[in-house]
Amino acid sequence: MRLLQGNEACAEGALYAGCRFFAGYPITPSSEIAEHLARRMPQVGGTFVQMEDEIASLAACIGASLTGVKAMTATSGPGFSLKQEHIGFAAMAEVPCVVVDAQRAGPSTGMPTSPAQGDVQQARWGTHGDHPVVVYSPWSVQETFELTVRAFNVAETLRVPVILLLDEVVAHMREGVELPAPGRMPVLERSRPTGDPAAYRSYACAPGEDVPPMADFGAGFRMAVTGLTHDESGFPSGRPAVADALVRRLAGKVERRVGELAAVDGRYLEDAQIVLISFGCTARAGLRAVRLARERGLPVGLLRLIGLWPFPDRAVAELAGRVRGMLVAEMNLGQVRREVERAARGACPVAGHHRVDGELMNPEELLAALEVLA
Amino acid sequence: MIPSGYLREDRLPHLLCAGCGHGIALQALLRAAEKVNLPREGTVFVGGIGCSSRLVNYLNFDSLHTTHGRALAFATGIKLARPELRVVVITGDGDLAAIGGNHLIHAARRNIGVTVLCLNNENYGMTSGQYSPTTPRGMLATTAPYGNLDRPFDLCRLAEAAGATYVARGGVHAVFQLANFFARALTHDGFALVDVLSPCPTYFGRRNRLGDGKAMLHWQQEHTVSLAAAGKKTPEELAGRMVLGEFVRREEPEYAAACRELSRREGAS
Ligand SMILES: Cc1ncc(C[n+]2csc(CCOP(=O)(O)OP(=O)(O)O)c2C)c(N)n1
Repeated sequence: MRLLQGNEACAEGALYAGCRFFAGYPITPSSEIAEHLARRMPQVGGTFVQMEDEIASLAACIGASLTGVKAMTATSGPGFSLKQEHIGFAAMAEVPCVVVDAQRAGPSTGMPTSPAQGDVQQARWGTHGDHPVVVYSPWSVQETFELTVRAFNVAETLRVPVILLLDEVVAHMREGVELPAPGRMPVLERSRPTGDPAAYRSYACAPGEDVPPMADFGAGFRMAVTGLTHDESGFPSGRPAVADALVRRLAGKVERRVGELAAVDGRYLEDAQIVLISFGCTARAGLRAVRLARERGLPVGLLRLIGLWPFPDRAVAELAGRVRGMLVAEMNLGQVRREVERAARGACPVAGHHRVDGELMNPEELLAALEVLA
Repeated sequence: MIPSGYLREDRLPHLLCAGCGHGIALQALLRAAEKVNLPREGTVFVGGIGCSSRLVNYLNFDSLHTTHGRALAFATGIKLARPELRVVVITGDGDLAAIGGNHLIHAARRNIGVTVLCLNNENYGMTSGQYSPTTPRGMLATTAPYGNLDRPFDLCRLAEAAGATYVARGGVHAVFQLANFFARALTHDGFALVDVLSPCPTYFGRRNRLGDGKAMLHWQQEHTVSLAAAGKKTPEELAGRMVLGEFVRREEPEYAAACRELSRREGAS
């Protein structure tokens, strides 16, 4: 058991997952990830670089990843806005990478040292065009470690950018963490081409597959990579049928796997009539509020979202069909509530409890909000 | 003779306009690649966005066509992750000096081992002829209908001031000299920039009544002067002329190697 900060656990999780390249630009409350990896990367034969801005940081990660090295960047609020262009590039060119966003109160420079959960929709739709992303949001230091490993596994196997949405509380708090021994948690690698390099086509999938094998730059496969719409050869194409097939395959990679990607954690749900839905630091107060409600005999349960995108529609819809109401608690003005309403399809009323003042929610205020519904 | 094998002939014809200088620059690059025996499996070409940047698609190497202005940031990641690779960026004046200007100065400052070939046509070709950071004052562009008010960058002086360890300027009207600069830049161990004067007859030429591609090459020849000759001329005689030559050529520790060295030291302890 080690006492670690959330940001340190994220950095250690990345190393456990085999990350050997980090590029970043300092910003509160994510800087400790960079500081930790600046010390650790050289020790494990990896590379740390502080780039000139966040756009360059993710670009450098994508460049590194194309050589076969697992790569991560970390940022917060304003820096996450700058990441968007290259999140789109990574999605389009199918370059595995992990982007950490330790959320702070916005918009704009906002309150740099205060927590928020206002980047949920930006994580999904911040870059232009239809594109796949996978987003996780941990609620503890232990889970931050584990989800960082998972983020790499998903990024590598699906060839997608994976976003880890921390928040200022999870990023900065310290908790005891059980670091798994090497080999305890699965660490997955991208699939690489094995055949004749001369026959390699950069974006050709094997029959029945939707993720093309990825060569490393320098390995002799003459990989062609572009952010332009491209065909299987990796070269630009303006043909409508090519564009259609590409965008649908990219989106489909994630949609088809929503069952394995969309993780949730349910508590006291078996007989629940009212469900509190929350994630990240807010879910910590949420669990306490649910326990207090249970002590008072109220039939309340918690649905904690671990994966935010793809959104766990099934879990929400299933509950909506058998409970009297849902309360979404989040530190924004309703970014997850909008998804819950969509997934519930009117099967039950959905209320929201929202804070955007940079202050943590406390269990008592959530209990009061639950009592109104019960 | 165009050296074969380095070109992806199946990607031809290329997208360049008739008379565009970028094709001549590509030819000079192929000559230089052959001269220095550029390793086919150990070299990555990286482009940003623009007509110039699109040349990476015609080269028979690993290629990465990126986002507008950011090629150097991608190239930095490649070089740091795999210092044994040679990384060559093909870019334009808009790509490198406007949207990518910050990446240029920082890549030069670090002295990362990346070769940058900037095909400088003094305007934004791909988006049809807007003014760029290298458009001379008074010249016309679609977004400078009354003549350009901006002062242009001298890319070589910019790169030199930022710390580049190889800096040269050539023009596509003098293709053998250009190929020589490319050859030196491709084998330089550190940050190398070649500013390549390359006419854009379709937009810059037509709007400024400079004639077709051939006429623009003559115009370019008349408006350039070699570094040796420039030393003997007065500032008045040099006005309106670009100086061609090698401005910087020196050895300094290369950045990716320094990072590797740090890992070797700390990893061993
Ligand atoms: C972020 C972004 N902004 C603007 C553009 C539009 N755009 C494409 S190419 C280009 C200019 C290219 O000019 P230059 O680098 O000089 O290359 P040239 O085409 O002249 O060779 C611009 C502005 C873009 N693709 N992306």
